[in-house]
Amino acid sequence: MTDYLLRAVEVRKYFAGVKALDGVTLEIRPGEVHCLAGENGCGKSTLIKIISGVYQRDSGTIEFDGKELTKITPISAIMNGIQVIYQDFSVFPNLTVMENLAINSQLVEKRKIVNWKNMRKIAEQAVARIDFKVDLDAQLGELSVAEKQMVAICRALMFNAKLIIMDEPTTALTKKEVKALFKVILQLKEQGISILFVSHKLDEVFEISERFTVFRSGKLIATGDTSELDNQKFTYYMTGREFEVKPFVPAKLTPEPLLEVEKLSLDGFYSDISFSVKGGEILGVTGLLDSGRTELALSLFGMRPVTGGKIKIRGKEVELKDPQTAIANKIGFVPEDRLSEGLFLDQSIGDNIAISVIDELTSRGLMDKARYQGEIDKWVKELSIATPDPGNAASTLSGGNQQRIVLAKWLACKPDVLILNGPTVGVDIGSKYDIHQILQKLAGNGMAVIIISDDLPEILENCSRVMVLKDGRMAGEFGTSEASEKMILDKMM
Amino acid sequence: MAEKLKVSFKKDSHIWRLLIIMVVWFLFMAITKGGKFYSLVNFQTMFSQFPEFGLMSLGVMVCMITGGIDLSTVGIANMTAITVALLMRNAGSESGSLGPQWFLLVFVIAILMGAVTGAFNGILVSKCKIPPILATLGTGQLFTGIGIVMTNGSAISDFPKDYAFLINNKVAGIPVQFILFAIAAAVLVFLLKKTTYGKKITLLGSSQNVARYSGLKVDWILIKTYLISGICSALGGMIMLANYNSARSDYGSNYTLQCILIVVLGGVDPDGGKESITGVLLAIFLVRALETGINRFPQISSYYISLIWGAVLLLVMVLNYFSSHNIHLFKKKA
Repeated sequence: MTDYLLRAVEVRKYFAGVKALDGVTLEIRPGEVHCLAGENGCGKSTLIKIISGVYQRDSGTIEFDGKELTKITPISAIMNGIQVIYQDFSVFPNLTVMENLAINSQLVEKRKIVNWKNMRKIAEQAVARIDFKVDLDAQLGELSVAEKQMVAICRALMFNAKLIIMDEPTTALTKKEVKALFKVILQLKEQGISILFVSHKLDEVFEISERFTVFRSGKLIATGDTSELDNQKFTYYMTGREFEVKPFVPAKLTPEPLLEVEKLSLDGFYSDISFSVKGGEILGVTGLLDSGRTELALSLFGMRPVTGGKIKIRGKEVELKDPQTAIANKIGFVPEDRLSEGLFLDQSIGDNIAISVIDELTSRGLMDKARYQGEIDKWVKELSIATPDPGNAASTLSGGNQQRIVLAKWLACKPDVLILNGPTVGVDIGSKYDIHQILQKLAGNGMAVIIISDDLPEILENCSRVMVLKDGRMAGEFGTSEASEKMILDKMM
Repeated sequence: MAEKLKVSFKKDSHIWRLLIIMVVWFLFMAITKGGKFYSLVNFQTMFSQFPEFGLMSLGVMVCMITGGIDLSTVGIANMTAITVALLMRNAGSESGSLGPQWFLLVFVIAILMGAVTGAFNGILVSKCKIPPILATLGTGQLFTGIGIVMTNGSAISDFPKDYAFLINNKVAGIPVQFILFAIAAAVLVFLLKKTTYGKKITLLGSSQNVARYSGLKVDWILIKTYLISGICSALGGMIMLANYNSARSDYGSNYTLQCILIVVLGGVDPDGGKESITGVLLAIFLVRALETGINRFPQISSYYISLIWGAVLLLVMVLNYFSSHNIHLFKKKA
């Protein structure tokens, strides 16, 4: 029987009568990488905050390093060797790396006068522990996200950390940076430090962790060795639903393409792009962040009018100079950033849905309240948006439901061509699956769908063809039945 | 029922707040001044006074719903009043009389001037992307300056008296000023509640970027909004011309702040995205009732009015901040 570093047993926490944690147990061994997974709202953040002393538990016991902790405050947690690296890293962007690293020890020693030499020494020692190469005099705000994260890790190590909790550390990192982070995690493990890795990305969980714990709706669902876990089980634990992933097969195609573009160019962003999409097809477009994929999408919606080339809709050439002409030509567009482009967050769910067709829901120029409400109710039901009242603000919903509102807004316009830029960014697994089903069904009903995404499994499962962009040019086009992630990645890089 | 009332209290807290203040104030006036305040003449006077800044407030309101503001209302009002006064002076002498067709003509001219100046504001805000607060501060100064040049800075009062006579009249005991205001307010209620325009400006005020992505004609909606504001201001100027029986470029200089106070008090969010014409209409009346009431106390000099409005505006904004961030000053945290 191995001794545990941390044992949180039967922890309960209520917020205004709502159960956030319903008797969960989490056990972490010394020197292990443990993954804590679960969908948004499952209680994982609440537990972390209890362990680190931000919240107080209502019942349950927490043992750390052999002794029971009765009352935890943020300071006592740090003193005991528990460190949390939050998603925003809690660093000072206006200070240098050195100042960020040394400031805590300066404060602890109650120094009023800064000893620069001493500070540099402290900072050098801190970065040396994980072989992190960085200019100590650089302003933190100028560093990349990954570098900021490393600084936060270095700072955490300075306090004899025994357990480091990382809250979704890979969200904003590139693939290469994730690799570097994992190397550091393994180094820490060798030094005997336990890591609690919070994530809901399957591949990362399999790659880095030895043991896992899954929460769902405040309850412990499963815990065990990662080696006994597979993709399907993990998804089931997270969502409580079985998903059957079946690659999209187009049913019936329209004889003529609904959208055709020839030698499309936008100066400085992309050039010479030609493709066509038939009704019933789902075309995937992928590429790196600067490949021009977003600009191409914006051009097809009239937000960034093209500087060269032809766009044909149903065989007729059109000039898309603004979103209104695009909408008039039956093009719908789900933008990349739901919060600043897709949704009026503080307005009602209903208004968000009906705004795109508001001019049609009138009689003799006046608003037809009954038809307006009817349209809203129809879409809330059709896309099963989970809300007690469509009059509530859109911001009250989860990411998945918010994305459904944006979809509903465009489906209400009955588009022939639907373009989606990152349709499932920031959406939990269950909703992601549902959105994919909706898109496949739309294509089945004869719509031409274009999915722009860098989530390759998403593209491979849902598209019939994929076009790869690189530096603003077409780098390849595959049928997804014969393509693999590696083939696409090779063309992207 | 109690539950329903609670929901409405929460949802329309601005309107409830206004009603409570109003009841308290009217009770206070009843106790302290009684019949001196509660006379038909006093109410008729109030109803002839508030339309001038009431109209301007309605203009500021539509701009604020879109997340903008109109600081040029007073400038537009004065320039319109001066233009119309000069026109009427040239058409007839001080004692002379103008035919009824003239009244129609001057109102058409006023509406046109409001539309042109307002559209100019709208173009600056939408096409040139100048922040509304700067664009309208600039145009306000410009219009005031034009007025000064047209009048050499002095008042114009030697225009036919029958204009002021007509507007200062009463129909069945109701002041004509109020009738004009009521027509304009009715048109705005219709626009905001019955047509798609109200929903569009509210959503646009929430986020211009999302509005663009939703296919709304953002620029055109903004131009239309400032144009409406311009017309409201010009009509306000026409009533000022009658109430003062003269026109001058520095009349009503404290109305700018007063209009903003009314609109914020009425429950419109200065960041945009919230429509509340009922609240604004109540606030217009409340502000006039407050001022009239204060004037009944000879101890308080009318010089205090600016000070009071400034303080009330800040107080309301602070209260709004607290209520929108769920901070309860006198209650324990739940």
